[in-house]
This record gives sequence, structure tokens and C-alpha cells, in this order.
Amino acid sequence: MPAVSKGDGMRGLAVFISDIRNCKSKEAEIKRINKELANIRSKFKGDKALDGYSKKKYVCKLLFIFLLGHDIDFGHMEAVNLLSSNRYTEKQIGYLFISVLVNSNSELIRLINNAIKNDLASRNPTFMGLALHCIANVGSREMAEAFAGEIPKILVAGDTMDSVKQSAALCLLRLYRTSPDLVPMGDWTSRVVHLLNDQHLGVVTAATSLITTLAQKNPEEFKTSVSLAVSRLSRIVTSASTDLQDYTYYFVPAPWLSVKLLRLLQCYPPPEDPAVRGRLTECLETILNKAQEPPKSKKVQHSNAKNAVLFEAISLIIHHDSEPNLLVRACNQLGQFLQHRETNLRYLALESMCTLASSEFSHEAVKTHIETVINALKTERDVSVRQRAVDLLYAMCDRSNAQQIVAEMLNYLETADYSIREEIVLKVAILAEKYAVDYTWYVDTILNLIRIAGDYVSEEVWYRVIQIVINRDDVQGYAAKTVFEALQAPACHENLVKVGGYILGEFGNLIAGDPRSSPLIQFNLLHSKFHLCSVPTRALLLSTYIKFVNLFPEIKTTIQDVLRSDSQLKNADVELQQRAVEYLRLSTIASTDILATVLEEMPPFPERESSILAKLKKKKGPGTVTDLEEIKKERSSDMNGSAEPASVNASAVSTPSPSADLLGLGAAPLTNSAPPPSSSGSLLVDVFSDSASAVAPLAPGSDDNFARFVCKNNGVLFENQLLQIGLKSEFRQNLGRMFIFYGNKTSTQFLTFTPTVICSDDLQSSLNLQTKPVDPTVDGGAQVQQVVNIECVSDFMEAPILNIQFRYGGTFQNLSVKLPITLNKFFQPTEMSSQDFFQRWKQLSNPKQEVQNIFKAKHPMDAEITKAKIIGFGSALLEEVDPNPANFVGAGIIHTKTTQIGCLLRLEPNLQAQMYRLTLRTSKEAVSQRLCELLSEQF
Amino acid sequence: MINAILVFNNHGKPRLVRFYQHLAEEVQQQIVREVFHLVLKRDDHICNFLECGSLFGGSDYKLIYRHYATLYFVFCVDSSESELGILDLIQVFVETLDKCFENVCELDLIFHMDKVHHILQEMVIGGMVLETNMNEIVAQVEAQSKLEKAEGGLSAAPSRAVSAVKNINLPEIPRNINIGDINIKVPNLSQFM
Repeated sequence: MPAVSKGDGMRGLAVFISDIRNCKSKEAEIKRINKELANIRSKFKGDKALDGYSKKKYVCKLLFIFLLGHDIDFGHMEAVNLLSSNRYTEKQIGYLFISVLVNSNSELIRLINNAIKNDLASRNPTFMGLALHCIANVGSREMAEAFAGEIPKILVAGDTMDSVKQSAALCLLRLYRTSPDLVPMGDWTSRVVHLLNDQHLGVVTAATSLITTLAQKNPEEFKTSVSLAVSRLSRIVTSASTDLQDYTYYFVPAPWLSVKLLRLLQCYPPPEDPAVRGRLTECLETILNKAQEPPKSKKVQHSNAKNAVLFEAISLIIHHDSEPNLLVRACNQLGQFLQHRETNLRYLALESMCTLASSEFSHEAVKTHIETVINALKTERDVSVRQRAVDLLYAMCDRSNAQQIVAEMLNYLETADYSIREEIVLKVAILAEKYAVDYTWYVDTILNLIRIAGDYVSEEVWYRVIQIVINRDDVQGYAAKTVFEALQAPACHENLVKVGGYILGEFGNLIAGDPRSSPLIQFNLLHSKFHLCSVPTRALLLSTYIKFVNLFPEIKTTIQDVLRSDSQLKNADVELQQRAVEYLRLSTIASTDILATVLEEMPPFPERESSILAKLKKKKGPGTVTDLEEIKKERSSDMNGSAEPASVNASAVSTPSPSADLLGLGAAPLTNSAPPPSSSGSLLVDVFSDSASAVAPLAPGSDDNFARFVCKNNGVLFENQLLQIGLKSEFRQNLGRMFIFYGNKTSTQFLTFTPTVICSDDLQSSLNLQTKPVDPTVDGGAQVQQVVNIECVSDFMEAPILNIQFRYGGTFQNLSVKLPITLNKFFQPTEMSSQDFFQRWKQLSNPKQEVQNIFKAKHPMDAEITKAKIIGFGSALLEEVDPNPANFVGAGIIHTKTTQIGCLLRLEPNLQAQMYRLTLRTSKEAVSQRLCELLSEQF
Repeated sequence: MINAILVFNNHGKPRLVRFYQHLAEEVQQQIVREVFHLVLKRDDHICNFLECGSLFGGSDYKLIYRHYATLYFVFCVDSSESELGILDLIQVFVETLDKCFENVCELDLIFHMDKVHHILQEMVIGGMVLETNMNEIVAQVEAQSKLEKAEGGLSAAPSRAVSAVKNINLPEIPRNINIGDINIKVPNLSQFM
């Protein structure tokens, strides 16, 4: 008998569906649907109470309409009503509607939660199951708040049915994923670990999933799961397939659970206990052995299940990376799969081998498969598989095979799918640079790259080649010669013109001796491309021309003629026009000596992480560019980076010599859009630099913004084209908390995003700030939040600095703003009578306790605004205290950890003179001084 | 984690859409369309896995799919799932449907959408795999049917609700889904666990 009998459907629903299917056109379908929606709406709104059956039918219709891609904006209430029905069918359809069409309508969520609560308490396992499924499917924060405490109890209670336990485990997992902070760890964790021993394999499976996720965040808490998982795995792997009865899938014992257990073990290092470790090794060996046995069934399901376990075992072996014997066996096994007739297996083998290549034990073994992999690149029909082959070639590349691999990748590039070209270009560029023994090979490779796939060569790639040529004397002549030859091609890519222009501008003299590449020929060659190029390239070429004036005085007049032509001097583009005018002037008035100084050869760039590598990482997401050597290299370059950049930056910023940026790639749109204040004069250096661990000077306008926050706690602190920084803060007594929101306004990821709060030494002793690091990548359009916990130890003058460094596109961004944590934030307002006020005022009559400031009003003198500001400042505004009603007086206590300081203030406006007199009296001179300064800025 | 389970026919008509990640309806529709286009242009005998780019907002996601006669079954998963495991899960899902509907065909999915959802619910909740043992899943579904029957018998459900589909004049009934080489007549079919 089929489990679902087809006869008991709902006729109305079936008729409706048939109608829709009979519709001849999209319009007819929409018309029919609208008619039905109107019908259902009127039924729901009608006076007649609907019976459960009708409600169920209409909800089903709505689900069907939703499936067809139409918006459903009603019916939620009816679905919620179905939840509280006692009838299973109605309840079930209600839950289905809720979990398919979740709505974050808080009003409804409360009702839904109520229904769930009742079902959880019903002790009816079917209802409990429905309720748990709903929580798992919706998984909203409100649900986590309501149930995160309850579900662990259900999970570990002795009398809970197996099926409910399964659901509860996954339910908890879902809540933990969405709101980890709301799931309390506790006694239940140890009991959950013991579920790995449960009789019911369904429960074990669900528990394994749960533990795996929990263990990733709380490894200590779940450490005991390792030995339990190993023994469970061992029992499955060594059992005869008949032992597990129901849990055997196409002759493979419990493959899904085995996979999950192997995943769990990947959360931990190899077990320390030799017994456990031995048992695990035995399991892994058995799994590898089984792969060599003849299949027990010809069905694809059999081999799928078997290999699912095998691949997971190999992942674990790679993760442990400690048993050379197992690693090599794994590699051989994958090698077999590389030639398997199943495409899926070839795909997975390539993927696994990629991670294997980074292990030092097996790197050599992986390399032996190079021919197979290259062959895959050439013959695979499926682009996903070819993509994996490219990844693997990249991972297995080292000095010994770099030339071969780069050549093959270049070959492949000519026919590669458009979708993966850019990535291949980046990979080729990185490999060529990393393993270049001979830099002429490197230059050839990159020029080839531009020739074959110029459109896919990003700026980072050609910036990088220039950087390398500039830094290496031995390759400069060769590079000049090669680009000169490459430029002879009738049609060459604009990127080649850029590289050519730059290199000839610097090193054209090295080949000028050859009459075939005399200065004039070089110039004419470049200038023949000029008119075909975009504005940024033309700007670069103009800089090349002025460099030529210095290198080759003999063609100075030719160049001046070009610069003087109307198409340059009167160019519609401001940048080009300006360059033409300035360069022409420079070449006319400057002496040879000055020209030589100004147009000197570019100084070498500091060595640092390749910007291309950063780009690849950005493209593939962090963690996917796995290569041990690379990681090591990065580390060392990081150290380089922090040791030297200050000097680089300083020279770039402060050197008045324009040589640093004459050839600046300033017109590159990316770099222009960002206004890093420290480096606007040295874009080129900036492009190539990770530099500047040095803190950037304060961003312009930062002081204005800072002042605005003295009397308020929330708002936008800083904003430019890339980044917006918002603040929300709250203070109580001497403590405070500030939420800083960083919004990426672009559509591009920010990388290595590092905000740092810096306190001067003085400030450190009086202000305790604690921040948590934020995620180093900020996606385009995304916002990240950082919390600063603040404790005021004693009174202080300065404000902390918030420094933010990140990479955007190829450029390094560095900016600083003052963080508006000011002394007045720790004000506690104090109400007092007129009499009290003046009594205290007199007590604080020591001249050092009073600070007075008379200043001109900067804003219109509005009494209401002034009042609001004084309240915002933190003190109480005392009405009817001052005999003169036009004056304002305030009182409050500044709380610090060490002392409390009473403060009285009086503000006397003079409307005629548009002046204020502000008087502060506190028990401490420095406090009076600081508060007076802060408040004076406000009016 | 499984982010979405999509079933659509050879023409891209969705037959089952289940998202386990909160996405606006337009985004869901967009994803269904794009996934269909990605899958449609692939031959039947190439790899069952493909990267879906930034469809789900990250590079970590894969589509794992199987094509049965008129229907595509597509699971969108992140890297925490085993590709081959999911492939088997799809098979279990289809075999279960076949068992529950007796020779399941596309029409069953259309007219018994709620049932299909309930069956799926016994396998996957909140994007996580609940049960892979087919006997267990079928037993749960049967228990549900029994409950429904019991309630149906007592209820005043109009008799016109009974036996709807079969009497309707349907145009172009699709062929039965061919679920490969499984043999449904074999009792005690093995399960994937």
C-alpha cells in the first residue's frame, strides 16, 4: 500500500491546479491566480467561520500560488490559527505554511511561539515533532530567545522518544547557528556527547551533526567526543554489512553516519591517547583497504556511498597530516580516481588532491600525477572539472615544475571558459613571479599573458610586473627590449601599452643604442598607440613623454611639439590638459639638472606581499588559497611590512621631489575615488604598498564631527566614498559602551580591515578601553560592528584615536578619526534648589577651581537649543536658579573609578554682542578646564 | 548545511522549492531561475556538482543535482556537506517518494505538494539531515497518513473532497519518473543511513 493514498486529496485544490495547468498564456495564468487570491481573501474575511478543512484547502492553494512565484501577503493569520487546532492534519498544514512563508512580523511570531510552546508541552511526540521542525525551519532570533533554554532539556531527558530527540538535536543546532549567544552551554553538553553511544543510529547521526558544530566553537567542552566517535566509527567500519540491518545502504554500513563522524574528528588534532589513535588509524586503513576490494554491487549507489566515506577518510588523513604512510596511500587512491570513468570521482579527486598538495609529506607524491592533471585540463568536457584541474596545478606547482605548469596554463588560457579566465590570469601571474629563477622568463610570461588575455589582466597584475622590473636591475634592459618588440604588433592590448609606456619611460635609454630602437623610434611607436587609448593610459603616456625629455634631450623638440598641439593643450579632459600644460612648461623652463632630478628613475619598491595574491584571495575567499609555502611567505612579508613601511611612507609623503609620482598611475579610477589623506600625493607608492602601519593623520573634518558628539551619543562619525562609520554609545557612571558600525559603501570587499583604538600613554592610565577584533573582510554593502567597553579611571583631557586600515581594490587605505569619548560622558546630572546651588558655588570659590571662557557665538543663539545642549552635555539643567532668567545653570557629578567630582556650570548669553560667558566650577582644576573647553565649542 | 532544495521540470517549472535560509521572495525566484539555467545547459553524463558562484552570497556553496526523466532535483549545500553523501540523499528522497506514491511521477508532486513537503520534512529540517533510513522515513509518513485517515473518518469533511485527481481531465500527463535502476519490488530495500 502506498504511504500516501492519492484519492483523499482536496477536490477544490485539484481543480484549481488543473485550471492553472490548462492556462494557455502567462496572462491567463495570472488572471486565474488573481481570481483565486480574491476568492480566498474574501473567504478569510467573510463572516462565516471556516471549518478546518476549508482553511487547509485555502492554505494549500496559497502554497501552490507561492510556488509559482507569486507574492503571498495574507493568510498568515489563518495559518497561525491552524496551529492551535487539535487535529493533526490542520496543525500540520499550518506549520508547513509558517515554515515555507516565514514572516518576521513580530506580532505573529509571538503567536506562533505560543502555539509551539503548547505543542512542546503536549508530550504528544507527533505534535512535539511538528513544533521542533518549525523551530528548526524558521530558526529566528525570537524563537531562540523563547526556546534555546528548553530544547536541551528535551534532548537529554531520559523519557524523550528517539524521533523527538533527533529533531531536538537538529533544532538546537539550527538555533546555535543563528544565535549562538542564546544557547547556553551547561550540564547538558556532557550528556549530548554520550548520545554518540545511543542505540538508535538516527539519534547518533543528529547528535554528531550537533556536536560537530558545537565543537568547532567550544573544542574543550566536547573533547571527550573524540574517543566516543572513534569507537563508534570503528564498530561501523569493521562490522559485516549485515550487522547494521536497516542502516546499510547498498551494502555499505551506515555511510552517512560514518561521513558525519569523520567530519567531527576533523575538528580535532590527532588523538593523543595511543590506544584511541591506534584504533582510528586502523579504521582509516580499513576504509582504504575496502576501496581496493571488488565492488559488492554494480549499482552507482554502492560506489557513491563507499566513496563518500573514503573521501571523508582522506580528508581526515590530510587534516591530521601526521601519518606519512596514510598520506601516501591516500594520494595513490586519489591518483586512481583521477582516471576513473565517473566524472564525479575525478572531480572530487582533483579537489582533495589540492589540499593534499600542501602537506609536506605528500607534496612529492602529488607531483607525480602532473601529466594526468594536465591531460584533464585538455580533455575534460566539464568546466567544473577543468576548474579543479587548474586549482590543483596551481597547488602542486613548485620551482621544479613551474615552467611546465605555467606554459600549460597559458595554453589553456587561449581556449578557457570566460568565467574562469581572470582567475587563471592571476594564478599564472603569481606562479610566474613566485618561481621565477630567471626574470626574463617572468617578463615573457606576463607579456604573453597580456597578449592572450589582455582583457582579463587586472591592474594588480601589470602594476606588479612594473614593480618587479623596477626592483631588479638585471631584467630592466631585457624588459625594455621585449616590450619594445611586443609593441610592434599592429594590434596590441591597451594593458601592453601601459606596461610598455611605463618601462620605456624608465629604461628606454637601455636600448636606445640600437638604431632599430632609437629614441625617436621608441617615441613614435608609443605615440602611434596614443590615440587609440583610454584617458588613464594617455595620461600615463604623457608622463612617459616627459621622462623621455630627460632621457633623450635630442627628441625634446619633437615631444614639445606634441605637447603643444591643440589636442593636448586644449584637451577636454582636465587631467590630460593639465599634464600637457605642466610638462610642456617644465620642459621649457627647467635646466637639465633640474629635469634630471625631477624625472629621476623611480626608486625601488619595498618588497612585500604581492597585491595579486591579495586579489586572488579576495576572489576565492579567504582560506581557499592554500599553499604552505605561500602562508609562510606571507608571514615573513608581513614582518617585512611592519618593519620598514614607516620610512617608505615618510619618504613618499614628505619628499617634495615630484619624482615619486610623476609617472603616477594617478588616473587609475580606483585609486582616485579614495581620499586617503596621508598619501594623496603618492598614489603609485600607495598602490603597491601594504605600508603605513604608521597611523594616518586625522581625516579632514574629523574635528567638526568630534565636537558634534560631545552633546550626543549616536550618529555618523565619519563618511567618505568608501566607508561610513556610525556610533551608538551609552554611559552609566564611570562605565560606558560604544558600538562602532563600519559600513562598506562600495560593492567591493574590504580586506585586512583593521580598526584600532589608540590611546596616548597619558590617556591609557586614565581610560580603560577594551575592543574586540572585527572580521578582517567586510563585504561590499555590508556593515560590521565593533564594541568598545569603556571604563573611566580618572579624569582625562585627550580623546582616543580610532585608526582604520584596510585594502580596497589594490589600494591601501589608512585613516584616523578622534573617537568622541569625552570626560563629560561620565556626567551624572544632579538636581538641586537655588539655595543649594549658590551655597556650593560659593564653596568652590578657590580661583583654581573656576575656569571661565568668554567667546563669540558660532551658532544662532536659541534658548531651546542651548538647553538641549546642556542636557546633552550630561549635567542637569536647573530652572529658576539663576536670578537672570536668560542665564543657564547646570549641575552634575563626573564619575571616575577613583573619585567623583562635583561640577557646577553657568552660561550667560549676551544677545546683543552675540557672545557667551561660560563659567565652570569643580573641585578639580583640570576638570573645570576640560569641561569648559568641551562645552565652549558647542555654542 | 543545505541551503535550498529545488525541484523543477525540464522546462524550469518549479515543483518544489524549499529554502532554509531567509531570502526575500524575489531573490528566491531569481535563484530558482538561475539554478535552472545553470543546470539545464549541462549534459547528462558530466559531473553532478557545480559551483554556483555568488548565487547565495558566498563562494562556499555548491549545487549538487540529479536529473530524473522530467525532473531535476537540486540541492544547494555549503562545504560542510559531503558531495557524494548529498547525491545519495537525493536518491533516498526520490526512492522514498516512489515508495510513498507508488511509481511517483511529476503529477504527484504537483497535486500533492503538501505531502511532498511532509515527506521532505521527515528527511531534512532547517537545512540539516534528520533521517536517511528510508524505512524510518516511510514509517513516519505512514503514521501520518493513518492519523489523517482517522481524522478524516471522524470529520465532516465533504465527500466531494474524496478522489479528486483521477477524475479530472488532464492534458498531457507526463511520463512516469524513471528512477534509474532501483527495483521497487524488492522487499526490504536497503537504506542509506
